[in-house]
Amino acid sequence: MKPTLRKRIALNSMPWLLSALLIVCWQIVSTKSGISHAIFPSPGEVLLAFRQYSSALAEHAAHTVITSLLGFLLALIGGILIGLAIGASRAVYSGVYPLLVAFNAIPKVALLPLFVLWCGIGVMPAVLTAFSLAFFPIVVNVATGLATIEPEMEDVMRALGARRDEILLKVGIPRSLPYLFASLKVAITLAFVGSVISETVASNEGIGVLMMAASSRFEVSLVFAGLIVIAALAVAAYGICGLVESRMAHWAFRARGGE
Amino acid sequence: MNLQAVSLRQQVEQERHTGARAFINLKDITLAYAADAGALTIDRVSMEVGQGEFVAVVGPSGCGKSTLMKLVTGLLPVTSGEVIVDGKAVRRPIKGVGMAFQNSTLMPWRTTLKNVLLPFEIVQPFKRERRQKRAEHEARAQAMLDAVGLGAFGAKYPWQLSGGMQQRANLCRALVHEPKLLMLDEPFAALDAFTREELWGVMQGLWLRQRFSAMLVTHDLREAVFLADRVFVMSSKPARVILERKISLPRPRTVDGSFEPAFVDLVHELRGKIFEARS
Repeated sequence: MKPTLRKRIALNSMPWLLSALLIVCWQIVSTKSGISHAIFPSPGEVLLAFRQYSSALAEHAAHTVITSLLGFLLALIGGILIGLAIGASRAVYSGVYPLLVAFNAIPKVALLPLFVLWCGIGVMPAVLTAFSLAFFPIVVNVATGLATIEPEMEDVMRALGARRDEILLKVGIPRSLPYLFASLKVAITLAFVGSVISETVASNEGIGVLMMAASSRFEVSLVFAGLIVIAALAVAAYGICGLVESRMAHWAFRARGGE
Repeated sequence: MNLQAVSLRQQVEQERHTGARAFINLKDITLAYAADAGALTIDRVSMEVGQGEFVAVVGPSGCGKSTLMKLVTGLLPVTSGEVIVDGKAVRRPIKGVGMAFQNSTLMPWRTTLKNVLLPFEIVQPFKRERRQKRAEHEARAQAMLDAVGLGAFGAKYPWQLSGGMQQRANLCRALVHEPKLLMLDEPFAALDAFTREELWGVMQGLWLRQRFSAMLVTHDLREAVFLADRVFVMSSKPARVILERKISLPRPRTVDGSFEPAFVDLVHELRGKIFEARS
């Protein structure tokens, strides 16, 4: 076995090892600490809850995935469009950017009552919350990619006779792609956060709903199961975005040796 | 009668200078920094570059040599005076000019061949015909790469090439559409000494083949003497032309030739003038 391969396997197994270690610690704490299992279940009990409620968990998880992805998709479209506008024009930048920062500073939970008033309880508030959280990192990254074009590159293009839209198309957009893909990883996890927050308040379906119901019935092990499902979904989505990133903008990874 | 004689004399003077019709004509151009209306960056510079002539502009660092390039290509407007290129007054960026900087500015998401093809996607009439003439354009780009010794590297990405190879590709991109004008802003400054000397030869070869007008901004006096027909020495800010020196060494010039007395004397003379300008 080549040492580099061995090193890679070691690196890739690190998160699993750490998770196992955490579970072991969790088990020790739950058995030795004397905290009631009614409020702090052991890993075994959570596993049991997984078995018992597997179909409900799967159903609600699927719902959360759908609302998160819808919100993420909206954020992607809106984020790219506004990011391009901000990055391409100084006027749009100076006008829109401060407003975006202000919007981003609003806790999205505070918007939820409005979303519910406008759209009723159900899918829409979750999608909108997911969108409002995932939107900002995409805008900022796309705009950054555009704003950091080397001035020499722009001079070369202009001296050839390129119009502004040609510079945007041939330099700006390809250049901002790695920034965009880097932001997707952050945005997708934020979309999950947004969906679940919304579900805990204003929905009839989704992991958030399941967890609220479970906690009101004191089924704390099911609440834990719900948390784990959310975390696992977010990690999976993160991983997929990472894969897309390395595929689509492989040239931007050159410094790290990945092609 | 008298007036006519004067203009005739000017014309003769000009042709004696440039050996051909002036391609670039800078008439008393001045540039003031917008931020500081009093301070001049460029002060009443007049310069002529003949069709197919290679000129170099040297001077102490920060004297506004790079700014001069932007004025000539219309990327920056002059404060006063007039820039005429190819018989037309320059008021906005002129089109189709080849440009190369110290930083090769190749696009990392394109292969080297695709990078060289860039001008065909922007400059008319190539842009109009690029669907029909795709194969021809690719053949021309490939021929350029062959000419600079990069024939086998078209499918590689720029970041897979060495710095010297990147600059070769950069020259290919600047020249593939056979522009009438090439602007070079210290294109070889970041390379090691041997690669740099090698690229002087490459540059000279391309120029002897295509005979475009070229304007080179550089710190390297040997580079200026090696490549140029005429060298302009600029003063420190505000930039003025303090010396214009014709270099009549025979072509093709070689790196060995750059150690001959005639060459060394020229470099020495320019160096003395720059030292004067700095003090």
